[in-house]
Amino acid sequence: MALDKIGIAKRIAQEVQDGFYVNLGIGIPTLVANYVRDDIEVEFQSENGVLGMGPFPFDGEEDADIINAGKQTITTLPGASFFDSAMSFAMIRGKHVDLTILGAMEVAENGDIANWKIPGKMVKGMGGAMDLVASAENIIVAMMHTNKHGDSKILKRCSLPLTGVGCVTKVVTNLAVLEVKDHQFHLIERAPGVSVQEIQEATEATLIVKGEIPEMTL
Amino acid sequence: MINKKVNNVEEALVGVQSEMTFMLGGFGLCGIPENAISELVKLNVREITCISNNAGVDNFGLGLLLQNKQVKKMISSYVGENDEFERQMLSGELEVELTPQGTLAEKCRAAQAGFPAFYTPAGYGTEVAEGKETREFDGKMYVLEAAYKADFAFIKAWKGDAAGNLIFKGTSRNFNPNMCGAATITVAEVEEMVAVGVLDPDNVHVPGIFVQRIFQGEGYEKRIEQRTVRQKK
Repeated sequence: MALDKIGIAKRIAQEVQDGFYVNLGIGIPTLVANYVRDDIEVEFQSENGVLGMGPFPFDGEEDADIINAGKQTITTLPGASFFDSAMSFAMIRGKHVDLTILGAMEVAENGDIANWKIPGKMVKGMGGAMDLVASAENIIVAMMHTNKHGDSKILKRCSLPLTGVGCVTKVVTNLAVLEVKDHQFHLIERAPGVSVQEIQEATEATLIVKGEIPEMTL
Repeated sequence: MINKKVNNVEEALVGVQSEMTFMLGGFGLCGIPENAISELVKLNVREITCISNNAGVDNFGLGLLLQNKQVKKMISSYVGENDEFERQMLSGELEVELTPQGTLAEKCRAAQAGFPAFYTPAGYGTEVAEGKETREFDGKMYVLEAAYKADFAFIKAWKGDAAGNLIFKGTSRNFNPNMCGAATITVAEVEEMVAVGVLDPDNVHVPGIFVQRIFQGEGYEKRIEQRTVRQKK
């Protein structure tokens, strides 16, 4: 069965390693924080200027001056720090953040990603996404395999305006885990009960399938 | 001590005119210069260019200037959450320049620090890099981005003193420190003006040299855009 958003978040949480500084995008990536193993030390960075982000505050304890990049009220954990936007992006651009998890509208087999603009529709802007994808060496995209019309979001080439070029290393969808290597998508894992054929049918890009493809363990 | 203190927002905004370029601190509605924005609405300066990460919401923050049709051009990284903005942009009334968030911060910081431009990898290969010089360093491609030029920077800090020293609270710091000294005149409004000597020099976030005018702000609303809470178990 295809995963739901929580399933995708759970699978991505397995990629988070002890000692990682992690930047989470808005949407499914935000959920990842809930499923990281509790026997490892991880710090979450939010690009508006906080490292060591904690859970949402208890009702009545929210502070207008303490928010995340999604403008949600948050708390901080012991050891947290606040900083200005230039320093925040020094962490990102300077490759001090170990893992970036973000959503996408399209990903291509050359590692290109599009997630900020649909021409002719309302443009909300790229926020910090272009800075994140241009610098991070470890980028995982969290998204559904197809859009709401059933069209594949895993493409030979992106059709939407790009956010970054040749930068995506891994994609976790409701159907599969894919690795981007040598300008090709490699099928690494299947969602429980989803066949290789089903994944291939939902993928516009060429999919490299080598040997037996294991199911994800969640 | 060089005194930067002015009595109120009216004095702080002396010299503000139509067609000027302003930097405004804040991320979403967090850390925005509420008093300066209200005064800009009152002064009704027109055809202004605003450099600010976001464009406020419909009835608060920079949304107030948009509603009043005072803005000619917005330079931002993210402009969702604002219907009036969308209407003006789609109708062509409002010019919009979208800039990656880290590049926006650094274009402010470059202006503050005296760099005319800098290379960043952000936006390479995208429409953001169109028409801009690109260059390879150590096998990676970068885009040349120029420092901003602005007439006024409007800053909101938590605490400050007459010397212009500033301290920020939480994530309301955001772009505020990067915009200090990045415009011809930097105007800081503070929630709490403290006596000179009270702020520990070791804990000052922005030294007063970057600030030309500072005043005690009033009536902060500090609206929350996304109130997100969990329940006690």
